Amino acid sequence: MIVQELIFYAYAVVLVLAASMVITVRNPVYAVLFLVLTFFSAAAIWMLLEAEFLAIVLVVVYVGAVMVLFLFVVMMLDINLVPLKEGFIRYLPVAILVAIAMAVELLMVLWSKGRFGTDMFPLPAPNPVGHSNTRALGELLYSNYLLPFEVAGVVLLVAIIAAIALTLRKRTGIKIQDPGQQVRTRSEDSVRLVKMKPEKPPGV
Amino acid sequence: MNSAQMLLAAPEFWLLVMACVVMVVDLFLGEQRRGIIHMLAMLTLIFAGMITLRGDYLADGVQSVTAFNDSFIRDRLGDVLKVTSFVILGLVFTYSKLYLRNFKMFRADFYTLSLFALLGVMLLISANSLLMIYLGLELISLSVYALVAFDRNSGRGSESAMKYFVLGSMASGMLLYGMSMIYGATGSLVLTDIAEAIRTQGSGDILLIFGLVFVVVGIAFKFGVVPFHMWIPDVYEGAPAAVTLFISSVPKLAAFAMAYRFLSSGLGDLHIHWQGMLSFLALFSIVLGNLAAIMQTNIKRMLAYSTISHMGFVLLGLLPGTAYGFGASMYYVIVYAVMSVASFGMIILLSSRGVEAERLEDFKGLNQRNPFYAVIMVLVMFSMAGAPPMVGFWAKLMVIKAVMDADMMWLAIIAVIFAVVGAFYYLRVIWYMYFEEPENEAIVTAPVDFNAALTVNGMMIIGLGIFSSSLIALCMTSF
Repeated sequence: MIVQELIFYAYAVVLVLAASMVITVRNPVYAVLFLVLTFFSAAAIWMLLEAEFLAIVLVVVYVGAVMVLFLFVVMMLDINLVPLKEGFIRYLPVAILVAIAMAVELLMVLWSKGRFGTDMFPLPAPNPVGHSNTRALGELLYSNYLLPFEVAGVVLLVAIIAAIALTLRKRTGIKIQDPGQQVRTRSEDSVRLVKMKPEKPPGV
Repeated sequence: MNSAQMLLAAPEFWLLVMACVVMVVDLFLGEQRRGIIHMLAMLTLIFAGMITLRGDYLADGVQSVTAFNDSFIRDRLGDVLKVTSFVILGLVFTYSKLYLRNFKMFRADFYTLSLFALLGVMLLISANSLLMIYLGLELISLSVYALVAFDRNSGRGSESAMKYFVLGSMASGMLLYGMSMIYGATGSLVLTDIAEAIRTQGSGDILLIFGLVFVVVGIAFKFGVVPFHMWIPDVYEGAPAAVTLFISSVPKLAAFAMAYRFLSSGLGDLHIHWQGMLSFLALFSIVLGNLAAIMQTNIKRMLAYSTISHMGFVLLGLLPGTAYGFGASMYYVIVYAVMSVASFGMIILLSSRGVEAERLEDFKGLNQRNPFYAVIMVLVMFSMAGAPPMVGFWAKLMVIKAVMDADMMWLAIIAVIFAVVGAFYYLRVIWYMYFEEPENEAIVTAPVDFNAALTVNGMMIIGLGIFSSSLIALCMTSF
């Protein structure tokens, strides 16, 4: 038990620190890297909860694919951060007020009696040997949550359509490669042998 | 789950299939035969209406039926709102065909994305679980973000789409956060189970109220009420008029359904808490919307601020939490959609090739250019101002009566005062049309289908006003 708690606190501290670094560091590339660290720590905590499938998906999909893509985008965009920071000081007083209000409300919720605390949430029974997390998830997705699952698919389809509709443009007059034509090329088409009389050498 | 339950969602399945068909058929059509896409989209709407109206799922004395493990609900309220959105979208398609042709944007993407947005609207109307509410909302939002940036050569369009996207994502985040709180407090995603849990454990839970705040923020953003209204004027102005036409009408019906399902079916026992929040939102929307609209010289912005005040009136109806109040609110939102479509249709009509008629001056002397269109615009403006016998009058009357029944006299008085203030800018348009000389003498004409749709729309505004009882009864019996 004590080992599990130690692991939990270690990852939880890293998670919170990394998450706050994401929004405070100046360099966007560092921010993305801290976000990777945040996701990784979250995956470790999910692993402690015996949600193995979700933990692995988080690492494979988010850290492995999405964040790497994101990193490329951030590196390729030449973002000038100075104009982005201009409004920062101006709106700071209002932002601080809102933040304090939110923090107070959150603390009120956290300290409200009979809602949070270890006595409210008994330790769940450990899963039996041979329990498949993935299988349990799949069974739920295709029975109980069938409609939301399908609609989520439609949302992704719309995302694809929207992305293509906004970026695909047929441009005329640009030079593109035609592999078929490249393969069919014959030497006669590109090399032309010209017969001509030899030139007189200069200065004769 | 058996097939009878699956059939409850038949209109949604039909729309999903047809949206994909429209997308694929377009690949095989040339530029000249794009009209087929338009016909196909209209047929989709007609058949969807017919499928929805087959209301044989309701046995005697049964109010609603759920399917897909309670995440989908089919009832009268949903059917009325869905059929209304088909009619409105039909008008939108007819008007925007002229616009898209004139502005050389007649692409099938417009129809595909609009149909997917309609699917989102239908799913949101029929949502009975937090998951479905969120997914329906995202389906609408994603399609609409892309539609706002539909004119790729317009910098304004891209800018407003970006603003809408960032603000909309934040609102979705707020909504999700609130949903997670409510899920944590009640242990269920299904709205009826949430209501049951609140009933047994009492409504004083601070966690629930905390979640409710965020949910109200999300709903307020989708309605576009003060102080979450910032995106409305920019998006209305920046988007192509055909898209503004769509945004200002159909999604509002879904926003109403979402507010009703969430606040009444799910969190009905927290009425005392959300009543205060909503009355604040409604009050400021009516005041600020009407005052800001007076100062606008751009008619799209003016109508945007007028939308904000109209949405304030819709919230007024939700305040009492009674069946009469919800009925009045639903009537208002349907009436608003009909009026809004007509007003943006007029903007499309006056837009000539490549230039949108978005200045108020573009309406100068419309009576001399084409008296028929001027009459339609008069009907729309009088109705929006709430003058009898137009349909907008009954809507305002019922909403204000609902507020008075709930002993909130001060709110009713302020609403009436600012409705009168708002009449100023509607009447100004009429003044421009009849008493000013036109800047451009060209006679305004439009294709036959456009004229037919506009005539029907105008007839709806005055006809539903004079013979108001049928639609009112339809709305009242939905609750």
